[in-house]
Amino acid sequence: MDQIPAIARVFAYLSLLTIGGGMAAFPEMKVLVINVHRWLTEPQLIHIYSVGQMSPGPNMMMVATIGERVAGIPGALVAAFAFFVPTGILTFVVGRVWNRLAAWPWRASIQRGLGPVAIGLAVAGLITFGKGAVTGWITLLVGLAVFYASVRTRVNPALLILGGAVVGVVALR
Amino acid sequence: MAEATAAAKSKTVSTLELFGVFLQIGATSFGGGVVAYLRNALVKNKHWLDDTEFLELNSLSNTLPGLNATNMAILAGDRLRGTLGAVLAMIGMCLPALILMTAAGIAYGMNGNRPIVTAALHGVAAAATGLIAATWFQIGKKTVKGFWDAFFILAAVLGINHFKLSVPVVLLSVGALAIFAYRPVKKTDRPHEDSHAWIRFLQ
Repeated sequence: MDQIPAIARVFAYLSLLTIGGGMAAFPEMKVLVINVHRWLTEPQLIHIYSVGQMSPGPNMMMVATIGERVAGIPGALVAAFAFFVPTGILTFVVGRVWNRLAAWPWRASIQRGLGPVAIGLAVAGLITFGKGAVTGWITLLVGLAVFYASVRTRVNPALLILGGAVVGVVALR
Repeated sequence: MAEATAAAKSKTVSTLELFGVFLQIGATSFGGGVVAYLRNALVKNKHWLDDTEFLELNSLSNTLPGLNATNMAILAGDRLRGTLGAVLAMIGMCLPALILMTAAGIAYGMNGNRPIVTAALHGVAAAATGLIAATWFQIGKKTVKGFWDAFFILAAVLGINHFKLSVPVVLLSVGALAIFAYRPVKKTDRPHEDSHAWIRFLQ
């Protein structure tokens, strides 16, 4: 319970970094959750983050899973509130102002410039994540197979992830 | 319906129906790609928004911090039923995942150390890596239009993975540089670029 204020701080801060998606915040999340607060080990964080990819709705609701691990159901609620509500209010306010800025020339510059930066942050997050998730040739093959299947086919991603679980049970024990 | 004005449309959307639509998406959009579910529901089935409006909201949603799923819920909810609409859409979008992922935490606490669970999750993590890589590979293919795009992607990656800079430092420095590189120009001395290509791809 004494971790509740830290949970609120950490996840409100991380939410501000999620430009283009949750992966942008992963390197910072790793430092804070593992090294600074020692709430999880690296494999635990990677497991929980991966399960979050299967969830319907916002895939970063895995912050509630971390909150639950640290401080039970109150921890889950605080983590979700801190992660989604402050940025939500920001979006609401900017959404109302943005239309009035249609003629502001920097509007297009911001949208155009942040596109590649969002990709770069996601790739950086993915490299950090992949170092923990791809640990040998079996996991490498699983990752490559899923990459190929998602680029080339229209299989539901949740099924591909379940496939990974099956391979894990069979080959990674 | 499609040609009705936004004001006229807002009268036809009941708050209960609005909440129901977002709750349904929040509960069924397994495997990510929430934006595609939203477009199906809001543009194709309900005709609450037209494609141009949807694209406009989605491009803003990508520029702001926060997830696409929740940003879109807030922006679309506000557009359709004002503040109450935004709040209800956000709650509908988040509630199922909140319950599921909290339950996942409890289940993980009880079973997370069992070898079979660890092995399954190890496989899940490898699959998730491939999946996320595929998503960004496809966005990148549509976005990278020239030297500067590649440069800013590389700068962000090197800043974080090689120079071990923190995410906010990279976001503020590389982000500011990128916005400056695409600063408004009085005369078009640059070939006109499709600034929404990467966002359109997400549909």
